[in-house]
Amino acid sequence: MPELSIDGQPFRFAQGTTVAAALMSSGDRCSRTSVSGQRRAPLCGMGICQECRVNIDGLRRLACQTICREGMQVQTRS
Amino acid sequence: MIQGHAADVIIIGGGIIGAACANELTSHGLDVLVLDCQRPAATAAGMGHLVVLDHSPAELALGEYSVRLWRELAPQMPDNCAMRNNGTLWLACNEEEMAEAERKHSALSAFGLGCELMTGEALAHGEPSLRPGLFGALKVSGDGILYAPNAARWLLQRQPERVHQQQAQVVEVQGNRVLLASGQWLKATAVVLASGIYAGELCADLPLQAKKGHLLITDRYPAQISHTLVELGYVTSAHKGNGPSVAFNVQQRPTGQLFVGSSRQFDNHDPAVDAAMLGRMLRRAMEFLPGLGGLNGIRSWTGFRSASPDGQPLIGEHPTQPGLWLAVGHEGLGVTTATGTAKLLAAQLLRNPPPTALQAHLNAYLPQRFIGACAHA
Repeated sequence: MPELSIDGQPFRFAQGTTVAAALMSSGDRCSRTSVSGQRRAPLCGMGICQECRVNIDGLRRLACQTICREGMQVQTRS
Repeated sequence: MIQGHAADVIIIGGGIIGAACANELTSHGLDVLVLDCQRPAATAAGMGHLVVLDHSPAELALGEYSVRLWRELAPQMPDNCAMRNNGTLWLACNEEEMAEAERKHSALSAFGLGCELMTGEALAHGEPSLRPGLFGALKVSGDGILYAPNAARWLLQRQPERVHQQQAQVVEVQGNRVLLASGQWLKATAVVLASGIYAGELCADLPLQAKKGHLLITDRYPAQISHTLVELGYVTSAHKGNGPSVAFNVQQRPTGQLFVGSSRQFDNHDPAVDAAMLGRMLRRAMEFLPGLGGLNGIRSWTGFRSASPDGQPLIGEHPTQPGLWLAVGHEGLGVTTATGTAKLLAAQLLRNPPPTALQAHLNAYLPQRFIGACAHA
């Protein structure tokens, strides 16, 4: 099974899994920390609400619109 | 049914203008009832740019006075108002626009505003995110930004024993009486109409036109911009005609989000985002900030500026409806000029002398220039 990293923790995924789905089954299920310090998680799952923005390989992406790839570095606390 | 005296003053509209008027009137000991029906309006939509414009001496006087009042309020404002005295940079792309920067520099300096001309080099050094090769800029130091919805809430809560707020829609105004959607009439010594673009629904003789604008905000990013950046084309060309137009206007919020404007469309009352117009606006912004294309926009929306024919607000008593006072028609400058508007309105309402800073230009703000016998004389 291919593997990526979420906040340094390895995560194995089935092909076609979105990063949002990966987040839902790991850690605190959140994608980022808001400006007021709250942890935030994917909500709409269809690219509209912008809650699931997350850093992937150094770029800000929407977790629900991004398919997991081997070796991805996903960071929810940066 | 007519209820007796609801308050000394009823204010229709709890946006930034109504809130500033409530704050000012209560500071003179009056009791105020603010009626607001929570429709989306300009205070929530706009950029919160405190900016002194100078299309006319009256606009310059009201802008300078108002921004000065905002700066005086700043130390008392809560953090969530996000008030910053970050200054505006008016960007010149070419010699023609630099000439406009110089004209503006003379006009503002003569008025006592702190401002300085910058060379292209100084600009590139000061705002390295801008594309290379800009001709120069005019920096206006006293300008700022704030988050207007919270500033309005704060102004409304400063004297809670004197300001009462009620969520209600006013469906008719007759001088100093208002009819609510519930069928109830309320009466006060004075009624202040401060409902922005909706004011025309209650007062058919207001010469107000809606100008639609688009806005976009990005995700949070580390600091890239320190001033509010506006192209001088904003005044020299882009927004001069009557057709749809865009102009570069970007600020970085204290959160790190880049707030991008601006567009202008007439005779369009559809609040939906127009993708073509938004695209035009963003392409214009990227001509100045090439790095913008690599950032994520997370929300875009529209708002409507309520504009009078000469671009200046109407501040004063309705010429043919005694007891009805107007504070409308601020176009894109309602947040900027809310403080000065409130002082001028309160002075007239209380039969006090107008603020010294505005005395030379009073006629330029009075509703009489458009409404009533004088307007047609």
